[in-house]
Amino acid sequence: MQADLNVILPEIVISVYAIAALLFGAYTGKDKMAGMLVWLTAALFAVMALWIGASSGGGTRTAFDGMFNDDGFARFAKVTILLSAGAVLVLGQEYMARRDILRFEYPLLVALAVVGMMVMVSAGDLMALYMGLELQSLALYVVASLRRDSAKSTEAGLKYFVLGALSSGLLLYGASLTYGYAGTTLFSGIIDAADGQAPIGLLLGLVFVLAGLAFKISAVPFHMWTPDVYEGAPTPITAFFATAPKVAAMALVARVVHDAFGEVVGDWQQVLAVLSLLSMFLGGIAAIGQTDIKRLMAYSSIAHMGYALMGLAAGTVFGVQAMLIYMAIYVTMNVGTFAFILSMERDGQPVTDIRALNMYSKAQPGRALAMLILLFSLAGVPPLLGFFGKLYVLRAAYEGGLAWLAVAGVIASVIGAFYYLRIVFYMYFGEEGETLETGRSPVQWAFLMASAAVMLLGIVNMFGVETMAQAAAATLVN
Amino acid sequence: MTIAAMSFYLFAVALLTGGLFTVISRNPVHSVLWLILSFISAAGLFVLLGAEFVAMLLIIVYVGAVAVLFLFVVMMLDVDFAELKAEMAKYMPLALLIGVILLMQFGLAFGNWTMADGAEAARRSVTPEGVENTAALGMLLYDKYFILFQLSGLILLVAMIGAIVLTLRHRTDVKRQDVLAQMYRDPAKAMELRDVKPGQGL
Repeated sequence: MQADLNVILPEIVISVYAIAALLFGAYTGKDKMAGMLVWLTAALFAVMALWIGASSGGGTRTAFDGMFNDDGFARFAKVTILLSAGAVLVLGQEYMARRDILRFEYPLLVALAVVGMMVMVSAGDLMALYMGLELQSLALYVVASLRRDSAKSTEAGLKYFVLGALSSGLLLYGASLTYGYAGTTLFSGIIDAADGQAPIGLLLGLVFVLAGLAFKISAVPFHMWTPDVYEGAPTPITAFFATAPKVAAMALVARVVHDAFGEVVGDWQQVLAVLSLLSMFLGGIAAIGQTDIKRLMAYSSIAHMGYALMGLAAGTVFGVQAMLIYMAIYVTMNVGTFAFILSMERDGQPVTDIRALNMYSKAQPGRALAMLILLFSLAGVPPLLGFFGKLYVLRAAYEGGLAWLAVAGVIASVIGAFYYLRIVFYMYFGEEGETLETGRSPVQWAFLMASAAVMLLGIVNMFGVETMAQAAAATLVN
Repeated sequence: MTIAAMSFYLFAVALLTGGLFTVISRNPVHSVLWLILSFISAAGLFVLLGAEFVAMLLIIVYVGAVAVLFLFVVMMLDVDFAELKAEMAKYMPLALLIGVILLMQFGLAFGNWTMADGAEAARRSVTPEGVENTAALGMLLYDKYFILFQLSGLILLVAMIGAIVLTLRHRTDVKRQDVLAQMYRDPAKAMELRDVKPGQGL
């Protein structure tokens, strides 16, 4: 038991912190403590990320009879999750405080959601997978409707909850079918039972589990909730939805298909390829009609999930590596973009209409340039970092024998580039209109600039993420 | 047919009927009552499996607490269920189509069902010799599935925080009970005895 507990020590620390901070908040200043708790939680995330990252030489450890894995892949995903969650917490603090929705429970719910995500990426058992997923989702449902006096925010939370419950049902049913076939819920047991070819029970289980997980990463055709939830939730929370949970769910898909269904690559390859194809095209095409930047980012995230799935669909070590690199770049871009979206306001009211950006470059050339870099990077324009992310997944798909998917991905990225470039057009060549205020928070400015700088400087060597992702992918696929 | 098999079919049929009528009955109160029937049937199935503790838990927790709470909620909420049902009828054809297709797929799948070698042996969870059902369950929960048990606890904590965050309002315009103030109340100060003369009033 002692050894087992050592393996899950980071999760224990965060959980204990969340409970202690909850008591502290409840017995002291309540919401007056919220700002401090946000920074404290973010600092804890950063420390945990450093700790987990520093122990990367630790090899693979399993705990609780294989229910929990601590390997290079899990550590890579955990560091990404922790850093992005911390960044988003800090980004939104000022925005939420000013609009009076900064409750002291918010950072703690995020901390508990992060514990769920860490369990998800480490899961070695269908039950552990479900527990992590539910812990994460339940916290997300709550924070989605944090602005409880707004009908839209409440609707977002409720919609997310009902559809999330449905997807959990699908996932559980798939898990029960898999268990019915294999007689065990351990991934290691399932992969032994598969034995080269997929019998009907395993196949049905696989399809249902993937359907449930596809909902969490908002892959088409399980994406319907995304635009509404992104639009309705308060913007800092939208930023959170678009980053850490996506990494966790994507890593979970990788973990399930390789650890549990690694013997039947051909079967899940088709499913992931179709999900990827539909997501890329729908994300690219449906975003064209959007004028609300939060809805636009929702469709953008759908399309990006399509690309990440493309890497995974290759079914190779390189595919997993490409997916990890893609997700790391995606998260960095999104943190920067949302730092900008959070700062958009007029007369103290948040603005989300993209036409408000008309001629923004004249008022704020520096920020406009940073945003231009980020949008080009999101669109995948060379030589920015976003382009390399796409290059990796396309190469993975091509080398994995899915040349048609790679070609489709290129076409979809050209379609998708339109709406990113349209924002750039508004910023640089739009009509003169009311000015937009963006200069309130230095923290948001710092994250915007840092993220844009990463997009430019990262092309030299990606800050070593490439080799880290390779090592991480190698521990997952064997 | 043995008694065990007969009771299995009895409980199974009751369970399915209960579930079906929970969904389709017009009166929401009846729905809850049907739900209780399906809970009880499920408890019966658990007894047949030899899991008495889970069966009793199902009756105590679900029937005794959850369903009764449900009943209260349903009776207190003013929801026009007929309107909701009408909305549902609009999507019925599509839902039926998908349902029938799924059902046929499952039919095909279960007709051709195979199990992995050793699945049955792996799935069998024998209660250790000389240990009671409940104790065996506790040993599993607190030892083998320790992490899952603790995670469930965290999930419930999140649910509790969520319920409070989303519904608790600190209103300043309502009077609250102040226990200390009540206890330290002095009867001498709170009451005044007056001698009222007949025909005069105060």
